[in-house]
Amino acid sequence: MFSEFLQYLFTGITIGATYALVALGFTIIYNASHVINFAQGEFLMIGGMGTVAFMGLGIPMFFAIILAVLLACLVGIALQRLAIAPAKNADVVTLIIITIGASIFIRGIAQVVWGKDYHVVPPFSGDEPIRLGGAVLNSQSLWVLGIGAVLVIALILFFTRTLIGRAILGTSMNKLAAQLVGVKTQMVLMLAFGLSALLGSVAGVTVAPITFTAYDIGILLALKGFVAAAMGGLGSGLGAVVGGILLGVVEAMTAGYISSEYKDAVAFSMILLVLFFMPRGLFGGRTVERV
Amino acid sequence: MAKKSLLRRAGVLAATLATSLLVSAQAAEPIKIGSFLSVTGPASFLGDPELKTLEMYVEKINEEGGVLGRPLELIHYDDVGNASNARNFAGRLIRSDRVDIIVGGSTTGATMAAVPLVEQARIPFISLAGAVTIVDPVKEWVFKVPQSDRMAAERILWDMRRRGFDKIGLISGTGGFGASGRQQTLAVASEYGIEVVADETYGPSDSDMTAQLTNIRNTDGVDAILNFGFGQGPAIVTKNYAALDINLPFYQSHGVASDAFLDLAGDAAEGLRLPASPILIPSSLPDDDPQREVVQSYAQEYRDHWGTRVSTFGGYAYDGLMLAVQAIEAAGTTDKAAVRDELENILGYVGVTGIFNMAPDDHNGLTPESFRILEVKDGDWMLVE
Repeated sequence: MFSEFLQYLFTGITIGATYALVALGFTIIYNASHVINFAQGEFLMIGGMGTVAFMGLGIPMFFAIILAVLLACLVGIALQRLAIAPAKNADVVTLIIITIGASIFIRGIAQVVWGKDYHVVPPFSGDEPIRLGGAVLNSQSLWVLGIGAVLVIALILFFTRTLIGRAILGTSMNKLAAQLVGVKTQMVLMLAFGLSALLGSVAGVTVAPITFTAYDIGILLALKGFVAAAMGGLGSGLGAVVGGILLGVVEAMTAGYISSEYKDAVAFSMILLVLFFMPRGLFGGRTVERV
Repeated sequence: MAKKSLLRRAGVLAATLATSLLVSAQAAEPIKIGSFLSVTGPASFLGDPELKTLEMYVEKINEEGGVLGRPLELIHYDDVGNASNARNFAGRLIRSDRVDIIVGGSTTGATMAAVPLVEQARIPFISLAGAVTIVDPVKEWVFKVPQSDRMAAERILWDMRRRGFDKIGLISGTGGFGASGRQQTLAVASEYGIEVVADETYGPSDSDMTAQLTNIRNTDGVDAILNFGFGQGPAIVTKNYAALDINLPFYQSHGVASDAFLDLAGDAAEGLRLPASPILIPSSLPDDDPQREVVQSYAQEYRDHWGTRVSTFGGYAYDGLMLAVQAIEAAGTTDKAAVRDELENILGYVGVTGIFNMAPDDHNGLTPESFRILEVKDGDWMLVE
C-alpha cells in the first residue's frame, strides 16, 4: 500500500520536476516585459536537439551541452534583435503574437536541419533507477530537481542582488521611468531573451533523457510548463517550481487512485480553482504589489 | 541576301516548332496518379517515406517504359496532417488536375475527409491509412493497403492465446491511434477467450507512465501487458516498464514497428513482442516466404536511392502504387470504372505488406496472418516462428 503511494509520488515528482523546469523559463522574459514568450518551448528543443546533433558530430556530451546552450542563447538574442526590437512600441499582445510566429519559424528550421525523428539523450548518471521502499525513481528526476533548485536560487539572487536583475524588473514595472534613470531598456530586453534561452535550453537538455527530444517537443512541454507557471504565479521562480510539482503530483495521484482517464481533467480543474481564488497564482501576489 | 537568310531562318524555326509540336502530340499522354500525403507536420513519419517511395517508383516505372506504353505522372500535395487540407487537395486532384487514380491519405482522418469527394466523383482511391472504418462498411471506390488495427489486435491476442495467457492489462495512448486500438482490442478480446482486467490510458505529451503501470502490476491475475499507441509515448512506457521490473510478457502494437523505436527504447525493449510488416526483417525471412523477394528488393532499392532505412509506411505506398499499376494494366485503359473493377478483382498480389486478395466485400484484401510476430532480441527484431 505504502509502496504504491510512494511510487505515485515519485512519478508525480518526475513529471512535476519537468514541468517546473520548463515553467522557470517563462519567468525571466515575463519579468522583463510582461511578455509571455511562446518561443520558450523552442529554446528547450534547441537545448535537447542541439545536444543530440553535437554529440552526433563526435563531441563529448558535456561540451555538446555547452554548445547547444550557447546556440540557444544566440537564437534568443537574435529573436529579440530581429523580431521583438523592431516592434518595440507595440503593445504586449502584439509581442506575444510575434513570439508565436517566431516559435513556428524556429520549429520549421529545426525540422529541416535536424529532421523529424525523436532522439534519445543519455541520462546524466546512468540508466539504473533508484529503488526506495518498494518504489523506483528515475535518477534523472533528481538531476531535474537539483538543477531546478539551483536555478530558482540563482534567479532570486539575480533579481534581488544584481544591478542587471533589478534593471530588468524596473523595465517591466515602468519602461519610461527606467529609461529616465539610465537603463538601456532594449539592452535589458536583449539580455532577458538571452538568459531565458539559456535557462530554457538547460531545462531542455535536463528533461530530454526522460521525455526524449524532437523538433516539436517544445509545443508539448511548453504547454504544461506554461500552465504550471501560471498556477505558481507568472514571474515567480519559486511559484514555477511549486506549480510544476503540484501539477505533476496531482496528475500522478489521479492516474493512480482514480483513473488515468481523468488525470488531465482533475489537474486542469485544480488550476481553474487556484486561479479563481488566487487570480495572480500561488506566489504571484508580491511582484504585483511592488508596482 | 540578308532578306533571304532571314526568311530561311524563319523557315527553319517554323519547321522546328512544327516538329516539336508533332512529337509532343505523338508522345503518349501520361497517366496521372494523384496523391495527398502528410509529408510535413505531426504525421510526417508516415507521409515522408510514402512520398519518397512514390517518387522513386514512378521514376523507375517510367524508365522501364511506363504503363500501357504511357508514362506515369505523379501529382502530389502535402496535407500537413490536416484533414481539411486533405479534403481540399482531393478536390483539386479530381477537378483541376483530373487525375486517373488517387493513391494517398497518410492518416485515417485525411482519408475519411476525402472519401465523400472520391465517391461522388467516382474515381478509384487507394488509401494508405490504418483504421478499419475506411473499408468497413465497403465503399465502392475506396480501397486501402495497411492492415487494420483490428487485425493487429487479433494477431496479438492470437499470440497471447497461443502462449496460454487469459488475463491481460491494457495501456493505451489517448491519441486517435491508441484510442481506436483500445476499442478494437476490447471488442475482439473475448473471441480469443482473453479478458482485459486492467485498462489504463496516457496522453500524447505525458512524460511518465509509471503510475498506470503500477496499477496494472497490482491487478490480480494479469498474465501479460499490451500497449497500444504511437509516437514517443510507447517508448516511455517501455522504459518505465523496465524500470519497474515487471516480470510479465510485454506486447506493443504495430504503431511502433520501426527501427526508430528500438533506438528510443534501447535495452528496455528487450523481449517485447509486436505484430509487424515483414519489411522490418528483410534478411531473416525464410527462403520459402512468398514475400521474401519483393520485400528484399524494395528494402534494397529504397536504401540505395535515399540512403535511409525503409519503414513500414513507405511499404504501404509501394503496395498502393503497384496495386494501381496492376489494375490499370489489367484493365488496359485508365477508364475509372474499369480500373475500379480490376482493383476489386486483384487476387494473390504479393506485396511488401502482405498478399492481397481483394473481393467486392473486402477492399483491403489482407488477413491478420500478414502480420509477423516479432520479438526484440539483442537490440534487433527477431521473427517468432
